[in-house]
Amino acid sequence: MKRRRVAVREAAVAAPPAVRGGPAGRVLVALALFAIIGPFLWILTASFKYQIAIYSGQFPFTPTLSNYADVLFGRRSDFAGNIANSVVVAVASTLAVLIVGTLAAYSLRRFRWPAWVSAGFLGWTLLFHMVPVLTLIGPWYIAFRQLDLYDTRIALVLTHVTINLPMTVWLMSAFFREIPPEIEEAARVDGCTPLEAFLRVVLPLAIPGLIAAGILAFIFSWNEFPIALSLTSRQTATVPVAIARFAQQYETQHAQMAAASVISTIPAVLLMFLGQRFIVRGLTLGAVK
Amino acid sequence: MQDALTTLLLSALANRTFRYWSLLPAVLLFVALTLYPLVNLVRMSVSTIEFAQGVEIWRFTPRANFAQLLADDALRPALVNTLVFVVVSVTIEMLIGLALAIAVAGLARGKTWARTAMILPILVPPVAIGSMWKLMYNYDFGIFNQALVALGAAPVNWLGSTSLALASVIVVDIWHWVPFVFLILFAAVEGLPVDLIEAARVDGATRWQIVWRIMIPLLRPAIVVAFLFRTILAFKVFDEVFLLTSGGPGTATELINLHLYKVFFEQNQLGYGALLSLAVIAAIVAFLLVAQRVTVAVRAS
Repeated sequence: MKRRRVAVREAAVAAPPAVRGGPAGRVLVALALFAIIGPFLWILTASFKYQIAIYSGQFPFTPTLSNYADVLFGRRSDFAGNIANSVVVAVASTLAVLIVGTLAAYSLRRFRWPAWVSAGFLGWTLLFHMVPVLTLIGPWYIAFRQLDLYDTRIALVLTHVTINLPMTVWLMSAFFREIPPEIEEAARVDGCTPLEAFLRVVLPLAIPGLIAAGILAFIFSWNEFPIALSLTSRQTATVPVAIARFAQQYETQHAQMAAASVISTIPAVLLMFLGQRFIVRGLTLGAVK
Repeated sequence: MQDALTTLLLSALANRTFRYWSLLPAVLLFVALTLYPLVNLVRMSVSTIEFAQGVEIWRFTPRANFAQLLADDALRPALVNTLVFVVVSVTIEMLIGLALAIAVAGLARGKTWARTAMILPILVPPVAIGSMWKLMYNYDFGIFNQALVALGAAPVNWLGSTSLALASVIVVDIWHWVPFVFLILFAAVEGLPVDLIEAARVDGATRWQIVWRIMIPLLRPAIVVAFLFRTILAFKVFDEVFLLTSGGPGTATELINLHLYKVFFEQNQLGYGALLSLAVIAAIVAFLLVAQRVTVAVRAS
C-alpha cells in the first residue's frame, strides 16, 4: 500500500503539465540550472588545477591530482583523520537519532499521553529547532569541559543527535500517522505484545520514513559546522572544520581548499542520486502538510 | 533455566513499560542538552566566568554584563546587518523560487532532472558552498573578475569592500536557498487541482492570467509556509559567512551569529555571550508568536 502511494507520487512528477509553460519559463529554468551547476563545475575544475594555474586563470590547463594527493596523504594535512571523524560522528549520530526519534514519535502518536506531555514535547522541539544553535554553544562548552568530554567525538555525537531529533520525530510521526492503527490492533488480537506489534508490524511499514529521516540526519550531521568548530580542536575536527582551516590560514591554500570541498560534497551527491525520492519527501513533508 | 526465566521477566517488564521507556531517551536528551543548558544560560548571563589553570571561576556580575550589552559597539551593526540580510535575501528567494516552481511545473520534459539539480545546494556542506564562492569572488583570479577584465572593465573587490561585501554574501545565500523555496512551492504547484486550471484554459484564459489569477492565489498557504521557514532559517546563517568574510571588512558583514561566536570563543566572554544568547532566543520566540498569529489569520481568510 505504501509502495503504491510512492509510485503515484513519482508518476505525478513525470505527468504532463496542466498548463504548458511559455518560452519565458524555459529560459528562466535554463538560467537557473546554469547558475546552480556553474559554481560546482568551477570548483571541480579548480580542484584539478595546479595552484599556479588557478592564479593565472589559464585555460585549457594541465589537469593534476596533486591537490587531492596533498589533501588526503600530505604530511601537513590531517584530512584523512578529519574524514574518519566525520564518518564516525555522522554514522553514530544517525543510528542513535533514528532509534531515539522513532521510539519517541511512535510513543507520542500511539500511546495516550496527556496533552501537556505531547504538546510540550513537540513545542519544545519546534522552538529548539528554530533557535540558532550558537546560542546554546556556551553552556555546552562548559558542560562538556566539566564532564571531560570537550574535544571528543562523543560530545559531537550527543549534540548532533540533539539537533537532528526534532526533524526525526516530526518525520517519523508523519509516517506513523499514515499507518492505520487497525493493523496493530489485528496484531494484538493475534497475540502480539505492544512491543512486538511495534517491532514486527509497524516498523517494517515505516521503512521509507526511516530511510528519509536517516539520509537527512546523516547529511545534516556530516555538514554541521558551528558545533564542531566550537567543541573540537585538532584531534577530533570534522571535515567542515578542516575546510574552514584551509580558508582561514594566513595564506589561503586555494587549490587544497577546492579539493577538500569537492570531497566533502561526495556523500550529498551520492545520496542525491540514490535516494532522491526519500529526500524530497523528507524535505517537503513538514512544510506542505 | 534461570537465564530463560530472567529473559522472560525482562521481556515482560520491557513490554509493560514500553509506553514509558519509548519516550524516555528523547526526553532525557532534551532535558540534558537543551533544557539544562538553557537554565545554565540564565546563570551564566549574570556571571563572569574565567579559567585559571583550567579551573572555572564564576563571579556574580549582573550589572557589568548588562553594561556591556549597552556598550557593545559591534552589536548594532550585527543587528542591522542581520535584519537587512534576512529581509533582502528571503524576499528575493521567495520571488525567484516561486517563479521557478511555476516554470519547472510548466516543462513538458525534464522536470525530475531540473529538480535533482535544484536540490544539490540544499544538501552539500554550507562550508563547501562558502569556499566555492570564496574562490569565485577572489579579486585576483575569481571568475567574476576574470569576466570583467575580459570585457575591459576594472576588477571589483566583491568581499573586501565595505559597500559591496554584504550584497555579495546575500547573493550566496540566495544561491543556496532558492532551491529550498522552489522545492516546497514546486510540490504545492504539482498538487494544484488540474481540472480547475483546465477549465480556465478552456474558458480562454491566457497563461499569465492562469498564473496570476488562479495559481498564485491557490498557492498562498504554501507561500506563507515557505516564507516563515526561510525567515527563521535565515536568522541561523553562519557557516558560509564565516568562510567568506568572517564579518568583515570591519563590521560590514557582521551578523548576530558571527558576533555570538566571537564573543564566546575569540573574546572568551562566556557570561556576556550567554546574555546575548538569551536576547537572541527571546527575539526568536517573539517572532514565532507573531508568525503564528499571521498563519492563523491567513488560514482563516
